[in-house]
Amino acid sequence: MPEAVPPFVIYLIGAALVPLLSGRVRQVAALLVPVLGMANFFLIDAGTHWTVPLLDFELILGRADARSLLFLNIFTVLSFVGILYILRDNRPLDLAAGLLYSGCAMGVVMAGDLVTLFLFWEMLTLGATLCLLARRTAASAQAAYRYLLVHVMGGVLLLAGLALHLAGGGSLAFDRIDLEGPGALLIFLGFGVNCAWPLLGAWLTDTYPEASIGGVVFMATFTTKTAVYVLSRTFPGEPSLIWIGMAMATIPIFYAVIENDLRRVLAYSLINQVGFMVVGVGLGTPLSLNGTYAHAYCHILYKALLFMSIGSVIYRTGRSKATELGGLYRSMPWTCLFCCVGAASISAFPLFSGFVSKSMIMSAAAGEGHTLVWLALLFASAGVFHHAGIKIPFFAFFSHDSGIRCQEAPLNQLLAMAIVAFLCVFVGTFPDAFLYPMLPHAEATYVPYTVGHVADQLSLLLFSALAFTLLMRAGLYPAEIRSTNLDADWLYRKGGRLAYRVFDPLLNGLNRAAARLVVGRIVPAVSRFFAHGPARFAAAALTPAWRIAGLSDDEISRRRDQVYLRCERGAFPIGVTACLAVFLLALLFIVSTLNHRH
Amino acid sequence: MTTPPPHPTEPPGWFDRPENVRRVIFGLFGACAFFVLLDVGFWLSGFDKHPHFRWEQWPGFYAVYGFVACVLLVLIAKHVLRPLVMRGEDYYDNDGKGGDEPHA
Repeated sequence: MPEAVPPFVIYLIGAALVPLLSGRVRQVAALLVPVLGMANFFLIDAGTHWTVPLLDFELILGRADARSLLFLNIFTVLSFVGILYILRDNRPLDLAAGLLYSGCAMGVVMAGDLVTLFLFWEMLTLGATLCLLARRTAASAQAAYRYLLVHVMGGVLLLAGLALHLAGGGSLAFDRIDLEGPGALLIFLGFGVNCAWPLLGAWLTDTYPEASIGGVVFMATFTTKTAVYVLSRTFPGEPSLIWIGMAMATIPIFYAVIENDLRRVLAYSLINQVGFMVVGVGLGTPLSLNGTYAHAYCHILYKALLFMSIGSVIYRTGRSKATELGGLYRSMPWTCLFCCVGAASISAFPLFSGFVSKSMIMSAAAGEGHTLVWLALLFASAGVFHHAGIKIPFFAFFSHDSGIRCQEAPLNQLLAMAIVAFLCVFVGTFPDAFLYPMLPHAEATYVPYTVGHVADQLSLLLFSALAFTLLMRAGLYPAEIRSTNLDADWLYRKGGRLAYRVFDPLLNGLNRAAARLVVGRIVPAVSRFFAHGPARFAAAALTPAWRIAGLSDDEISRRRDQVYLRCERGAFPIGVTACLAVFLLALLFIVSTLNHRH
Repeated sequence: MTTPPPHPTEPPGWFDRPENVRRVIFGLFGACAFFVLLDVGFWLSGFDKHPHFRWEQWPGFYAVYGFVACVLLVLIAKHVLRPLVMRGEDYYDNDGKGGDEPHA
C-alpha cells in the first residue's frame, strides 16, 4: 500500500516538470498530475500528517478532517477538469499556472497552522497572476499587475495581523480566532480581500474577465473558496459576516444586470454566490456551516461550467460581450446545453446542484430568526436567476442572431464541460449519494426535496423568468451598452493615477531639488574646496615668506597664480615635492617623539 | 428586431421562428399559472409546507416576490445605478483621456 504524500507536492513537481516536456508527452504528463492527485486523495486518512520542524516550531502540512477533505475533493476534481479544458492548446505557461495554482489551493486547505496557511496563501496569488498573464494581451498583463498589487496588499494585511496576533499572545494554531484587537482584525480583513468583500473585492470583477479562458476556471475555483474555507475555520459565527455576506449577495446583482461583458456578469454572480457562503459562516450553526460547505462544492462546479461555456464561445468567436454575441445555439449546441445546465444549477432549479445547497443556508437564516437576511437572500436568489440564469445563455446563445457561424467547441473542452455538467445534475438529483455524507456536521440533517420547497422555488424562478420576458417584450429591459461601470476598483485604478499625479511632482520634485542641491551645488563646492583649498593654504603660507624675501607685489601675485595652477594640476617640481615630503616626515617624527615622552 | 437575417439563404433556426418563440412564451405563462393555482390549492386544502415564516404559506407569495424582486432589480439597475456608474468603454484606457460617453 503506497503512502499518501502532501497533495501540493504532486502538483508543484508537475508544474515544474510539465513545461520542460513537449508535444503529446507534455499533454499526457499534465493530465497525469491531477490523476495522481486523485489517487493520492483516496490514500489520505483523517488525522494530522506531514509535520515539518522549523526552528522551535512545527509546520503542519496536512490536517485531514471532514472540512479540509471536502475542499480537497472538489479542488482535485476541478484541477483535472481545468487541465483537460486547456489541454488542446498545450501551452506550457497555462498548464504550469493551472497546476501551481491547484497545488497551492490544496496547500491552503490542508494547512494545520497559520504559518503554512500564510505561505500557500501568498503563492495562490502567484498562480492567479500567471493565469492572467496566460491570456497574453496587453489588457491581461495590466490586469495581472493590478491583481498582484491588490493581493500583495491583502497579504501584507494578513502578515501584519499574524504578527500582532502572535505578539498579543495569540497562537499560530489554524483554529477559531476571536475578533478582538488589531491583530485579529487585520487577519479578518486580509482574508476579506481574497473573499471579495464589498470595497475590498473589486479586483475580482476587474480582473477575471481579462484572464485566459482556462485560467479563469481555476481562478473562479480557488481564491474565493479558500477564503471561505479559511473564514469558516477561523471566524465561524462572527455576526458581522452575516451583513458582509448579505451585501455581497445583493449589491453585485444590480451591476450584473447592466454589465455587457458576459464573463464580468459571471464574476458579479460569483460574488453574489460567495455572499451566501459568507452568510452561512456568519450564522455559524451546524446547518448553516453545512450549507456553506455544500454550496461551495456545488458553486465550484456550476461556476466552472459557466466560465468554461463562455470560454469556449470566446475560443471560437473571440468575443465575450453581449452586444457582439447571440444566436450561437445553432453553431454550438453542446456548449449551449452545458451553459444552460450551469445556468439552471446557479439558479437553484430542482434537480440541479444549487437547489440542494443554497436552501440550507436560507433555512438556517430563517431558523435563527434573521427575517431581513432571509428576505435579502430570497431577493438575491431571484436576482441570480435573472442575471446569470437567463441573461448569460440568452445573450450568448439566443437573443438576436449575431450572424456568427463558428465550429462547436473542441472535444477536450466539451468533455470537460460534460463531466462538470453531469456532476451538477448528479449532485442536484442525488445529494445523499456523496455530497451530504461529506458535510462536517452530520447532526444537522437537511431534506431539500419536499413538495413545498420544490413548488415554492419553481414559483419564484418562473415568475422571475416572467418578469424578464415581460420587461424584454415591453422594451423596458436595459439595452446592452458597451460601457465601463464604476466600482470600487476605481479607487486603485483612478486612485492609483491620482496617487501618481500627487507623488510624481512631490517625490520627483524632491528628487530634482535634491539633485540640484547635491549634484549642482554641494559636489562642485566640495570639489572646488579640495582643488583650491591646498592652493590657498600654500599661497597663504608662502606670501609672508615672499614678502620677507622682498619680492614686489606683482611678483608675489604672479607666483601665487603659479601655485594655484600647480595645485590644481597637482604638478609641482620634484624639488618642492621632495621638500614637502621631508617636511611631513619631520613633522611626524616630532609628533611621535612628543607622544613617547608623555 | 427589424434588421434582415445575416444569412438569408439559411433556413431560420428553431428559436428564430416567431411561432416557436410564441410557444415558449405561452408555455412559460402556462407554467406560471399552474404554480399559482397549485399554491392556491395548497392554501385552500391547508397543506402544510413547513414554512419558517407565516407569509410563506400565503398563496402566491413566492410568485409575487420573485416577480416584484426582478422588476425592481432591473428598474433600479437601469434608472438609478446606470446613470451613476456608467462611463465610456475606454474609461480606464489612455491615462484617463478615454471618453466619458458610452457608445451604444
